[in-house]
Amino acid sequence: MSGENHITEVSGTGVPIPGDDIDTDQILPARFMKEVTFDNMADYLFYDARRDDDGEFNDHPLNEFEGANIAVVNKNFGCGSSREHAPQAMMRWGVDGVVGETFAEIFADNCKSLGIPAATADKETVTALQEWIREHPDGDVEIDVEDETVTYGETTVDVDIDSSMQEALVDGIWDTTALMYSNMSKVEATVDGLPYVESDE
Amino acid sequence: MSDGTLYDKVWENHKVTELPNGQDQLFIGLHLVHEVTSPQAFGMLRERDLNVAYPERTFATTDHIVPTQEEKRKRPLEDEKSEEMLDALETNTGENGITFFDFESGKQGITHVVAPELGLSQPGMTVACGDSHTATHGAFGSIGVGIGTSQIRDVLATGCIAADKQKVRRIEIEGSLGEGVYAKDIILKIIQELGVDGGVGHVYEYGGPAIEELDMEGRLAICNMSIEGGARAGYINPDETTYEYLRGREYVPEGEAFDELVEYWESIKSDADAEYDDVVTINVDDIDPLVTWGINPGQVIEVSEPIPAPSDLPTQTEQEAAEQALDHMELSPGESMLGYDVDVAFLGTCTNGRVSDFEVAADIIEGQQVPDDVQALAVPGSETVRKECEARGIDQTFIEAGWEWRRAGCSMCLAMNDDKLGADEVCASSSNRNFIGRQGDKDGRTVLMSPAMVAAAAVEGEVTDARRFLDDGPSDVLAADDVEEVAD
Repeated sequence: MSGENHITEVSGTGVPIPGDDIDTDQILPARFMKEVTFDNMADYLFYDARRDDDGEFNDHPLNEFEGANIAVVNKNFGCGSSREHAPQAMMRWGVDGVVGETFAEIFADNCKSLGIPAATADKETVTALQEWIREHPDGDVEIDVEDETVTYGETTVDVDIDSSMQEALVDGIWDTTALMYSNMSKVEATVDGLPYVESDE
Repeated sequence: MSDGTLYDKVWENHKVTELPNGQDQLFIGLHLVHEVTSPQAFGMLRERDLNVAYPERTFATTDHIVPTQEEKRKRPLEDEKSEEMLDALETNTGENGITFFDFESGKQGITHVVAPELGLSQPGMTVACGDSHTATHGAFGSIGVGIGTSQIRDVLATGCIAADKQKVRRIEIEGSLGEGVYAKDIILKIIQELGVDGGVGHVYEYGGPAIEELDMEGRLAICNMSIEGGARAGYINPDETTYEYLRGREYVPEGEAFDELVEYWESIKSDADAEYDDVVTINVDDIDPLVTWGINPGQVIEVSEPIPAPSDLPTQTEQEAAEQALDHMELSPGESMLGYDVDVAFLGTCTNGRVSDFEVAADIIEGQQVPDDVQALAVPGSETVRKECEARGIDQTFIEAGWEWRRAGCSMCLAMNDDKLGADEVCASSSNRNFIGRQGDKDGRTVLMSPAMVAAAAVEGEVTDARRFLDDGPSDVLAADDVEEVAD
């Protein structure tokens, strides 16, 4: 992982994952978090939702749109727990960008940490894109992070990308550890001004 | 834009600088660590050859994967993956000089139960943890935020997170709770009114008479479920109740140092003329105990109210969500939740696993017996809670009533240990999430409710109005049989 990567656009085929309030327990069931690395997370993505009662793959979109790069979701996607395992699983499965009506905050933050653009648009726009992907499973969907647009087929639509996410991705500074580490003297000054730290030590 | 609120003041005190992407670099005064979301972050630190910047402000415990049956807590743990996680946490905390409340410390428990009871969570702090229920600590008048693993790496390496300041919504809770109605019912009511995504982009400031009346444990339950309403953080301004709770706790200074802290705590309270981005008022005078009927915490009704018909809901997506919920829960519109068969009663978690929660439940189950076909689990939120309950004999009330009295952990809230809900089972749960598959099997069903309601459900083997068990509860509470007739 490197903070040097400028991410100005991501593209590839799409996968519609319809439904409001899709929570992180659905995206990555808790029982699969008993691992000390993220390496295997792709295997567990939407584990229960993708399988029927016999454990066979069902008609879940992830099974039908294998190899897709752009996930298109609806309202409040990624609500629930803070587990980065959820976007890690999506990334490792192949998702490079997401378009949705809205995202839960921690989920969006985690996407930013991983360099996954999360673009929002109104319901009509998102639904039309999901429909188009169903009709054009091999069609290319491109998220332009700089211009805040999504292009598919002959259509280009405006989307919103949170300004701090946009700047971080475009300028290649989404790895915040290195960035903040360079300010450690300022951190010390802030800590000096906090009464509860002094009284502790 | 808000101005003069606790959130504004605490943010300003902890702001290090503005980052090039427009976010603020925010110092984190208390970093809580557990075994599930941290090992990858420590791994990233090692890859970069970085040290933990503020080990003395970092505290670890183990909660998500730990067995709650005493005989299963011997090391190495039977489950190899759990042992590996626990072992990684021991190594990571040991190598970095971080205090770890392990089994042997006698203080192990759920992060959001342990930090408050030890006095680690204090007013005017910023608190972060790789867990979405970190908002809990806002009960003291701190800003608590849940973070992902890459952000844990940030906090470990720099003591900071990169964050966008949010809007502040004041939620004014007017009125006074009736007998048998609790803090849990207030937060479920708030989520019912504002929705599961109503708080996205906002921090919730809870206030008003009904909040001020609550003790600290009630306030912790409210702030805990901020995230279920979409708000990453929620807080309550500190007051005498807060200070009295903190006085004498292990990590709280005494004497003059305490008085100086109170001065700071007073200074960060929201001003009387503070400006909010938004104010919402909810009156709780007449609310009855609430229970969820669906698969998210916003699908919630008063216990004797009819379940809404999907066709009555305003949008197509809400209608579809309700259809899916009814199908999963095997319920029909128009029925109430009264009489809904329960197989498991689960009392505990970071929402409702504190001493007062077990106390309230004990009052209801005393002299009663859990039916043979119901499994009732009492899982203290921490070993400290367990020991205090045992010292007061509360554990005996549970055991005599047929409950399993367990050791501390997250347990069946998210089923990462052996405590799992089965495929055809229904759980009456004092936890915070009723998502599909959350408590174990993907076909298991969860009904969220207050500890009193869980206790009553355990005894009856079905969802019931817990006020029937209270000496001074309202006299007009209906039994399940009566209500079925009303619903027809």
